[in-house]
Amino acid sequence: MTTRYFGEPIRRNEDPRLLRGEALFVDDVQLPGMLHVAFVRSDFAHGRVNSIDVSGALDVAGVVAAYTAGDLGDLWRPGPLLVPPPPTIERLTFNERTQVPLAKDKVRHVGEPLAVVLAESRYAAEDGVGRIFADIEPIDAVVDLESALAPGAPLVHDDLGTNLMAHVIQEKGDYAAVRDSADLLIARRLHYDRGTAAAMENRGVVADWEPRGRLLRVWDTTQAPIPLRNGLAAMFDLGQSEVQVIAPFIGGGFGPKIMMFYPEEVIVTWLALKLARPVKWIEDRRENFFATTQERGQIHDAEFAFDKDGRIVGVHDVFMHDAGAYAPYPLTVPINSSCTLLGPYRVLNYYTEFKAAFTNKPIVTPYRGAGRQHGVFVMERMLDLAARELQLDPVEIRRRNFLVPEEFPHHHEIIFQDFKPLIYDSGDYEPALDKAVEMIGYREFRAARAAARDGDGDGDEKRAADDPSADGRLRGIGVVAYVEGTGIGPYEGARVSIEPSGRVNLATGIGTQGQGHQTSFAQIVADQLGVHPSDVRVVTGDTREFGWGTGTFASRGAVVAGNACQTAAEAVRAKVLELAAEELEVAQDDLVLEGGKVFAKGAPQISIELGELAVKANPLRGAVRHGTEPGLEATSYFGPESGTTASGVHAMIVAVDPETFMVEIERYVVVHDCGRVINPLILEGQIVGGVAQGIGNAFYEQLVFDDQGQLLCPSFMDYLLPTATDVPRIETAHHETPSPLNPLGIKGAGEAGAIPVAALFAQALEDALGLEGFELLEIPLSPNRLFELVTAHRGGGQAGDGSARENHPANGDTPVPEKYPPNGDTP
Amino acid sequence: MKPAPFEYKAPATTDEAVDLLAEHGWDAKLLAGGQSLVPAMNFRLAQPAVLLDLNRIDELAYIRTVDSAEETGSTGSNVAEGDGGGGAVGLRIGAMTRQAALERSAAIAAHSPLLAAALPYIGHPQIRNRGTIGGSIAHADPAAELPAIVVALDAELTIRNSEGERRVAAAEFFQGLFSTALGPNDLLIEVDIPALPAGTGWSFQEVARRHGDYALVGVAATVRLAGDVCEAARMVFLSVGGGPVIASNAEASLVGQPLDERRIGEAARLAASEDIDPVNDIHASVAYRRHLAEVLARRALHEAGARARSGAGA
Amino acid sequence: MHQRLTVNLVVNGETYERDVEPRILLSDFLRHDLGLTGTHVGCEHGVCGACTVLVEGEAVRSCLMFAVQVDGRQVTTVEGLAPNAEELHPLQEAFWESHGLQCGFCTPGILLSMVPFLESNPDPSEKEIREALSGNLCRCTGYQNIVDAVQRAAAGQAAGGATPEAADVADEPSRRDGGDEATAGEVPA
Repeated sequence: MTTRYFGEPIRRNEDPRLLRGEALFVDDVQLPGMLHVAFVRSDFAHGRVNSIDVSGALDVAGVVAAYTAGDLGDLWRPGPLLVPPPPTIERLTFNERTQVPLAKDKVRHVGEPLAVVLAESRYAAEDGVGRIFADIEPIDAVVDLESALAPGAPLVHDDLGTNLMAHVIQEKGDYAAVRDSADLLIARRLHYDRGTAAAMENRGVVADWEPRGRLLRVWDTTQAPIPLRNGLAAMFDLGQSEVQVIAPFIGGGFGPKIMMFYPEEVIVTWLALKLARPVKWIEDRRENFFATTQERGQIHDAEFAFDKDGRIVGVHDVFMHDAGAYAPYPLTVPINSSCTLLGPYRVLNYYTEFKAAFTNKPIVTPYRGAGRQHGVFVMERMLDLAARELQLDPVEIRRRNFLVPEEFPHHHEIIFQDFKPLIYDSGDYEPALDKAVEMIGYREFRAARAAARDGDGDGDEKRAADDPSADGRLRGIGVVAYVEGTGIGPYEGARVSIEPSGRVNLATGIGTQGQGHQTSFAQIVADQLGVHPSDVRVVTGDTREFGWGTGTFASRGAVVAGNACQTAAEAVRAKVLELAAEELEVAQDDLVLEGGKVFAKGAPQISIELGELAVKANPLRGAVRHGTEPGLEATSYFGPESGTTASGVHAMIVAVDPETFMVEIERYVVVHDCGRVINPLILEGQIVGGVAQGIGNAFYEQLVFDDQGQLLCPSFMDYLLPTATDVPRIETAHHETPSPLNPLGIKGAGEAGAIPVAALFAQALEDALGLEGFELLEIPLSPNRLFELVTAHRGGGQAGDGSARENHPANGDTPVPEKYPPNGDTP
Repeated sequence: MKPAPFEYKAPATTDEAVDLLAEHGWDAKLLAGGQSLVPAMNFRLAQPAVLLDLNRIDELAYIRTVDSAEETGSTGSNVAEGDGGGGAVGLRIGAMTRQAALERSAAIAAHSPLLAAALPYIGHPQIRNRGTIGGSIAHADPAAELPAIVVALDAELTIRNSEGERRVAAAEFFQGLFSTALGPNDLLIEVDIPALPAGTGWSFQEVARRHGDYALVGVAATVRLAGDVCEAARMVFLSVGGGPVIASNAEASLVGQPLDERRIGEAARLAASEDIDPVNDIHASVAYRRHLAEVLARRALHEAGARARSGAGA
Repeated sequence: MHQRLTVNLVVNGETYERDVEPRILLSDFLRHDLGLTGTHVGCEHGVCGACTVLVEGEAVRSCLMFAVQVDGRQVTTVEGLAPNAEELHPLQEAFWESHGLQCGFCTPGILLSMVPFLESNPDPSEKEIREALSGNLCRCTGYQNIVDAVQRAAAGQAAGGATPEAADVADEPSRRDGGDEATAGEVPA
C-alpha cells in the first residue's frame, strides 16, 4: 500500500450533513399520523401510590388516551438485569431490583413515570398531564448515602428488608500483614458527589408498527441498538427480524444512553403496537434531570501505607456507592472504582470493599468514566498527602511508584467489570510524566514561586517580577497520572462489501454519538481496499444493516469494532486479490490495490476496477464455484481476550482569587497513551472534550438534592455546564505503547479525558491556596465550597472530613463561622 | 416543556397596549424580550390567560440624550438634578429598547458608563438581542443587573395606564421579590437616567459562576469627591435581598469623610453586615454572599474613588 | 378551541404561510411546521443555545420566541447557510476543517451565533470568540476546536475568502425591532 489513512488527521465523513442541518436525529423523524407522548411523573422521591385519576386528561382537546400501570397487563414487570454481578468474584452479596415501566404501588424517585398521555401534539399531551391527579402519600426519603445503610432507615424496596444493593470484597496480597511494617499510614474520608451527563440532545424514542409488513421500527437515542432490538422483540413476542432499531445521529451519549429499557422505551413501543400508529416521545430537559440515569455518589474511607521513601506498601479502601432507586446496571461503576484506584502504580497489597445502597434518587448507571474518577481521586489525593508528609515532590512520589515496562503484562489479581482478572496489557508511564512536566513548565513554575514566596521574607508586600501571583491571584500547579481499563469484550462485528458501483459499504452494530466512527472505521477499511475514506459509506446503529453487537461503552468502539472492521476488510481484500489475479492473470503477490482498482505492479495498464470485480463476483448466470461465496463481502467479529489499558498524565496551572475564590484554569496539559492512533484529530477531540466534562464535574456541576430527595437544580440555569469561557485551551501530546491484545494495537480513548481532572483540580487548588494542613478531599468543589472549607480551616478545624457535605447551603444552616478571612493575605 | 394555551394580542401602539391592559388587568401578562417570561411559560410556571406582546410597539424603542439644563427647564423633572453644569447629559430610554441596542449605543457609552459597564454581564449576546431594559426592570429579579443600575443612577421610571402617566423614582419602584410599583393596568414606558454630577466616579463589580450567569453578588457604586472628601456615595447591591439593595448605612458612613482605605473597609463591612439580607441557595450561602459583598464593595469603592479622582467618571 | 393565527414569514429566502396556535414556539414551528429540522432543541429555557436562529439578521433563541412573533419577519436557519448543495458556507467549511463538531447537535446554533458575530467583529481575539460562544453549550468538544474554527473562518474572511452568498446571510438589511439609535431618532445633546 502506498497510501495509508490509518493515523492521518483527516476530516470527518459525517460532518457535511451535520453542518448543513441535514443529519437525522430521532426528533427529526416525522411520520404521518404520529401521536406524541408526555409522562406524568412523581413529584415525590418516596411515596405510596394510592390512586391515579387520568379522566381529566381525556377531556383535553387533542388528547387521545392516557394509561397507568394497571393498563399494562403482563408487560408490567421489572426490567432485565443488564450486567449480572461477576460470577468470578467470590465475596459478593447482591440484591437485584430493576426499574418498572410505570410505577404501580410505590414511587422511588422524583420523576419516576406514573402515567402516560397520548395526544396529537406534545403541547396537548402536556395539557393532559396537567389534568391528571396522582394521589401519593409521601414516605421519608432515603437520600444520604451513609444513613441509607444505617439501621432503621426507611426502605426503598420494602421486601428487601435492607437498602443494601451489593456488598463486594476483593483482595490482593495481604494488607493487614504489611500495615504494621509501614513507615507512614494515612487515613482519610473522601467524597465524590453526583452529576449528570447532560448530552445536548435529550433522549427520545419513535416507534412505528407496520402490521402488513410485520415490521416494528424504533428510532431510539440508544448506544446499544442491537440489544435493544433483541429485548424489545422478546418483550413484545416478535421475531428479531420483525424489529428494526435505528440509532441515527445521536447528540451525545456519554453512557446514560447505553441504559436499556428505560420506561419510555417500553411504553412508546407498547403504544405504537397497541394503536398501530407512530408514537413519539422526546425527553425535555427537565425530564432529563430525573428520567435519564446519573452517576457519581461515593464516599471512600481510605487508608494507605507507605514506606519512608514514599513507596506504597499497601492500600485499604472501603467505600459506599449510591445506586439510586434501581440497579439495572448494578456493579460496573463501583467495580471500576475499585480497579481504577490502583492507577499506574505498583500496589502489591490491596483490600477493596464496597457497599452499594439503594436511595430515593434517579438511577445510577455508567457516565463517562464510570466510577474510574473516584478511584483516581482517592489514589492521587492520598499520594499528594503522603508527598506532603514525607516532604517529597508530588511528581517524585508518582515516579517512585510507577510500574515499569518490564512488569507488563501486570496482573492485579482482582476482577474487573468484564468479569476477567484485571491485567494491564502494556504501558510505559515515566516518559509520559516527563513529557507532561516539561510541557507545563513544572520546574520553572516551582522555582519562580519559591523565589517569590521567599524573596523578602514577608511575601505579600513586595513580590518578585516573575512571581506567578503578581496580579493578586494565587497560582498552583498539579500533575496526576491514571490508567483506564478500556476496550473490553465481549465482541463487535462488521460487514464490508463492495458494490458494482465500486462503492464500499461498511456496516457495524456499534452506534455513534459523535465519536467519528463514520470516519475512523472508514480509514481502517480504506487502507485495506485502496480507496479514500470518503468513499467508504459507513452505517452504524441500524439493526437491519448489522444485527450483532453490544454497544458503544467502556471506551471500546475503536478497539473492538475497529478491529472487526480491519479483519472484515482484510477478508474482502483477499477476495478482491484472488478474483483479480484470476481476471488479470497476474499472481496475487504482484497486484496492487489502490485508487479504487487493482493493477499489476509496474504495469498499471493491466488493471480492473473494484466495481467491475464486484460484478464478476456476483454473476447472474453460470455457476459460482462450490465452496466459495458470491460477492465481495465479508463479515468478521473481534472479541478481545481482555481489556486494554490506556493511560495518561494530566497537568494544570490554576489561578484562584483568594478573596472571591473564583478559579481560572490557566494551562492544561494532557499526555496520553491509547496505543496506536487511528485519527489524531478525532482522538484529540475526544481527549479535550473529556477534559471539559471533567472540569464541569470538578468545579461547576453538582446535582444537589434536599433531604426529601428533591433535586434543587433541574435546569441549565442551576446545573452549570462549563462554557467556552470556563474551559481553557488544552495542550495534548501522545506517547504510544501499542496494545498486544489486538491486531491494530489500539487502546480506548473515549473516557480518558474526563477521568483524572477532579484529582488534578484539587491538587492544583491546594497548591495555589498554600494553606498549611489544608486538604481538598471532595468533589465537586465550587467557589462557595472553597470559601467554606478555607474559612473552617482558618477557624481551626478541617471541614474536609465530609461532615460539611450535609451542610450544603441549600439545606439551611451553613457551618461557617460568621467571621471573614483576612483580606487577601493568604499565606 | 411547552407553554399552556393563551390568547395572544400584539398592540402596535402604547395607547393600544394601555387599553388592552385596562381590559385584561391581572389576566394579562406583558411580553417584552421574553427571556425570563418564556422560560417560565415553557416550564408552565407562568400560565397567563392573555399575552400582550409589546414587541410591535416601535415607539417604545429609543435612546435619547437630553441636555440636563434644558430638560430641567422644559419638563420640571429632576433628570438633571445635581449641579448639571458643563453640559451634563441625561438619557431617556424607551422601555422596549433592547439590551443589545444599549450595548451598541455610543450615547450610553459616553453618558452612562456605569450602565454600559453592567450590560455585558446580562446573559449572552442572544439574550441581549431580545431582552429589553423595561422588561428587565419590570420583572425585578433580585439577581438582575439593570434594576440595581437604575437605582444606583437615581433613574426615574415613567409608568402609563388608562388614567394617565406618573413617574416613580427607581428606588421606590422596587418593592420586594419580583414585586414593583406596577399595578395590573400599568405599563412601564420609559427610563430616565440623569447625568451623574461632575466629580462622580463609578464602578460595577459582579461575581457569577460563569460568564453571563446571574450574579452571586454584584454591586454598583458611585462616589462624588471634593478633593479627598466624599460628598455623596451610592452603593446598590444585587442578589443579596428581595430586590436592588441600597447600602444606606455604608453610604452614610462615607459621606463627609475622606475616602481612604480605612473608611472604605469600614463601609464595606457595614454594607456586608448591616445593609444586605442575603439568602442561601445552591450556589452561595449567606456567609459567602456577605463575604463577597464586602470584597466587592471594597473593590467598587476603590475603583469609583479612583475614577472620581482621575475625572474618568461622570 | 384555542386561538389560531396566521403567520407569514420568510425563512432562508422562501416565503411561508401557516396557521398556528400562538403558543407554538418558533423552534417547534421551524422544525415541525416547516420541516426545517436543522434547528435543534436542547433545553427550551434559553440556556443551551442549540436553537439559535437569525431573526432579521440577529441571533436569537428560537425556543424563547413564539412563531406568531416572527410574522412578517425574515428568519435564517442552518439550512440557509450553505450557498448550494456542493459548497458550504465558509464558517461551515472552517468547522469541518478544524474538527469543530463531534455529535453535531449544538453545531447549528453555534454557526448561527457566529455568523453575525464575525460580521460585527471580523478580527476577533480568542477571548472575544470565547465570550461570544458562551451562550452556546457544547458537551462534546471542549470548545477548543470551535474557537479554532471561528478563527479560521475569520482569517479566511480577512483573506477575502468569504463567498458573496455568505456575506449576504449576515448582511440582510437589518430591521431591528427595537431600540437602535439609528432608527429611533436619537436627539443629540
